Amino acid sequence: MFFKTIIMQSGNRRQLNNGHVSVADIVMTYGKPNAAVQALQGINFEVKPGELFGIIGPDGAGKTSLFRILTTLLLPTGGRAEVGGFDVVKDYQAIRNSVGYMPGRFSLYPDLTVAENLAFFATIFNTSISENYDLIKDIYLQIEPFRNRRAGQLSGGMKQKLALSCALIHRPSVLFLDEPTTGVDAVSRREFWEMLRRLKAQGITILVSTPYMDEAGLCERVALLQNGRMLGIDTPAGITASFGKLLLAVRNENMLPLLKLLKSFEEVEEAYPFGEYHHVVLKQGSEKDLRARLKAAGMEAEVITAVPGIEDCFMDLMKN
Amino acid sequence: MKQFLAFVRKEFYHIFRDRRTLFILLGMPVVQIILFGFALTNEVKNSKIAILDMAKDETAHTLIDQLNASRYFDIVEYLQSYDEVETAFRTGKVRMAVVLPAGFGRDLEHLHQAQVQLLADASDPNVANTLTNYAGSIVRDFQDGLLKGQQLPYRINAEVRMLYNPQLKGAYSFVPGVMAMVLMLVCTLMTAITIVREKEMGTMEIMLVSPLKPMLIIVAKAVPYLLLSAINISSILLLSVFVLDVPINGSLLLLVGESLLFTLTCLAFGLLISASTSSQQTAMFISLTGMFLPTVMLSGFMFPIENMPLPLQVISHAVPARWFYQIVRNVMIKGTGLETIWKETLILLGMMLLLTTLAVKKFKIRLA
Repeated sequence: MFFKTIIMQSGNRRQLNNGHVSVADIVMTYGKPNAAVQALQGINFEVKPGELFGIIGPDGAGKTSLFRILTTLLLPTGGRAEVGGFDVVKDYQAIRNSVGYMPGRFSLYPDLTVAENLAFFATIFNTSISENYDLIKDIYLQIEPFRNRRAGQLSGGMKQKLALSCALIHRPSVLFLDEPTTGVDAVSRREFWEMLRRLKAQGITILVSTPYMDEAGLCERVALLQNGRMLGIDTPAGITASFGKLLLAVRNENMLPLLKLLKSFEEVEEAYPFGEYHHVVLKQGSEKDLRARLKAAGMEAEVITAVPGIEDCFMDLMKN
Repeated sequence: MKQFLAFVRKEFYHIFRDRRTLFILLGMPVVQIILFGFALTNEVKNSKIAILDMAKDETAHTLIDQLNASRYFDIVEYLQSYDEVETAFRTGKVRMAVVLPAGFGRDLEHLHQAQVQLLADASDPNVANTLTNYAGSIVRDFQDGLLKGQQLPYRINAEVRMLYNPQLKGAYSFVPGVMAMVLMLVCTLMTAITIVREKEMGTMEIMLVSPLKPMLIIVAKAVPYLLLSAINISSILLLSVFVLDVPINGSLLLLVGESLLFTLTCLAFGLLISASTSSQQTAMFISLTGMFLPTVMLSGFMFPIENMPLPLQVISHAVPARWFYQIVRNVMIKGTGLETIWKETLILLGMMLLLTTLAVKKFKIRLA
């Protein structure tokens, strides 16, 4: 009888209506009113069902706070948010029943094996591994050889694949991935995004956050987040297209003195290291002018026109 | 139901894969019972004593022989002069000295009155008291032997009978105490850690974003420890009956039932601690100071509650082990039934329900 009541309580099986996510004026403040930290300062965006939506921002931008609000783990200080047509505050149980969530920190049981972890998460979501095996097959096959190994002994990339399998096992309509590629090697990162693209084809809405700008291009649309404020939302192409200035890439053998020199020119709006080159944003003038200017200063350098990437746009937006 | 069973199975994995902890959990009651049963005994046996016999007559020898024959005393030294008494105590060789003055037998025969001096090392007052009592009663027996056939004009014999524990065995009092202590440790300490650990590992975050209800999580966390406690209860009872010869005079079913009730109370307390703290260290500290110490100090197991100052007596009412200790003493040693312990049972039941409700209430369904 006692057990019956527990089971009946969890019988609330309300599922999400769709994969739509909407966020309106979300504010999140931590701490006491006199020493409050504003983690989110009025965030607005919409994610369409089946979209692969990226939230890009450096550490401390408020990504995790935002994810925790959307997964009903935190109550927002202000504003409204809906996931699949349900309010994150009022209808939290309906959201919990059917979203998938992968926290930034590895959060599976290290003393359980790969197979046991997966079976456990399948059962608590009222499903079985076989029921949704097709969804995780591509990912799970890669860790299947280690199915009897304890999760704590897996490598970083393996852990992440297992965590993704566990978050997907109940075929969620919305998947929240908080910095899934942080601390993972470059090959695994590429594989991971490959997997996300395949999942998107299954019609699952995916919200993914990352501090890596180069991953923004792999999303359908991205939101740039900085210090709790939204800098812009668009497709990656749309964001780079909005970069309305001339961007040059400059390099020579003495990169450090070169950067110092570039920063001292008054026509240079911004100069920063970018891979093998320094990226230079010009207030006025052209490629030719800069080359001449460098020569006049006694510094030989290769100067070419660069195509602005998300990082360039982010740097630009951050300044304004 | 499947969710619940899967959760319980997962908890069992955690317990069984932490071999060292499991070993401690199951080995602790055995070690404690054996320690208390054989090593940590406060019974007085074979205490070393010295004799200063200045009478050296037949009557004195008979008395000395009787002292030596008792299992309480072991005569290790015969002293020659009064000065040596002090030295014997100083060197710590003896616990008590018996002095028979010169002319002991003669005085007894002619004056019908003689003196015996008992000197005890009262740096340990309890032992000193016990030893002089034993010696006193041997002297009394000796005197009774002299009176054979004669009648004194007035005479009152105090007939002493030790009920329920005629041999005054220490085991009768510590078995209930150890039971309370072990169950408290296993249940409160272990469950106090269990929810907090998930919070620290971050798995609670995923657990919350799932269809699981707090009630299910809490009950599923308690079940494995309830089973472990059942094993501990049986191992304690088996050891007490077969190794320490402590009988179970009352109903075994009632005893086990009451023990399970106490176990549930401890589990509920542990879960409450676990639900309201955020680090394993805090949880451990609270359960040790908040539960373990009061259990040892205020349950009446180590120190009689009647002798405590009033404030401590009042506080002791809130210690579940106090009631459980009384229940076990009644059922196990005195062999009484539910009619004598219904009040204690109801108190434990009330505590259990209150703590469980608080634990469910305190369970945070969000992170902050």
